[in-house]
Amino acid sequence: MQSRSIIIYMIIMAAVTYLIRVLPLTLIRKEIKNTFIRSFLYYVPYVTLAVMTFPAIINATESPIAAFISFIVAMMLAWMGASLFKVAVVACVVVFVIELLPFI
Amino acid sequence: MWSNRQAFRNGNRDGIPIALGYFAVAFTLGIAAKNAGFTPIQAFICSATNLASAGQYAGFTMVRENASYFMMAVMILVANARYMLMSSALSQKFDPKTPLIHRFLVAYSVTDEIFGICISVPGKLNPIYAYGAMLLTIPAWSLGTYFGVIMGNVLPPNVVSALSVGLYGMFIAIIVPAAKRDKVIMLLVFISMAASGLCEILPLISTVPSGLRIMILTVVISAIAAIIKPVTDDPYAAKE
Repeated sequence: MQSRSIIIYMIIMAAVTYLIRVLPLTLIRKEIKNTFIRSFLYYVPYVTLAVMTFPAIINATESPIAAFISFIVAMMLAWMGASLFKVAVVACVVVFVIELLPFI
Repeated sequence: MWSNRQAFRNGNRDGIPIALGYFAVAFTLGIAAKNAGFTPIQAFICSATNLASAGQYAGFTMVRENASYFMMAVMILVANARYMLMSSALSQKFDPKTPLIHRFLVAYSVTDEIFGICISVPGKLNPIYAYGAMLLTIPAWSLGTYFGVIMGNVLPPNVVSALSVGLYGMFIAIIVPAAKRDKVIMLLVFISMAASGLCEILPLISTVPSGLRIMILTVVISAIAAIIKPVTDDPYAAKE
């Protein structure tokens, strides 16, 4: 089997990834008036982030229980208005501490 | 819109947690790159030019399997398709008077996290804010991959484990305040997580690649929400 070039693979990866990002940003420059499209685009980020967070967070750590508790704590902190940085750091600390417990 | 100075500083500030998370994730990504036969420099360049965790991971798998160039392109398209949606949403966040060059530059950094912070700034987006975040996150991502290839597992496993939830913590910090402010979003977040969890365990659907699953769920749920609960006013201006 012929071995392909890593350099060409890298060029394809970079080019396709950039095109996916740049085309919508440069082609759609007038403000969209269509209510459906506007509503759709308004909802997309929250739906995507929610879909990506759960259940992926449960599988991200060594202990799913630690991840789940961290998930709940992060939700509560964010609800109480904690900053992005604080929520992220506390989420990490919770996992670290829980995984130190002998019975987890 | 923030002044340039303020935007840059805020971008730096919000970029710090992202950069920390990126470094940890990129580190593990570096191990995948090494398995696919990348040298540290190649992995560094690949991360600097892609800035895409799932996309790069999928790409490394294709390299390892010696896939055709065409299949590589299709795989990257699928794994990163959600960025198309994010870029479309972000295009509305730009002031129409912002010079075109900024769209080309900001496009380069449309990742889940940078998109997340850019879309949640009040009012229109000053591209300088994105640059402030990029300045920290792009080197962190690229260097993380580089060191991942070189040193393999230098961090103890429990540290890697703890760091890996940092990114999700950031996602949560973006969606929860929006859900608190808008009951429709709160409902959508619940539905999205439930549907995503279900897709993970259902026998046939769980074999669909996760990038594709994320894309389909996003399109379907957002489209249904847009039909049932259309937003009539300017969503970004009104919800600040």
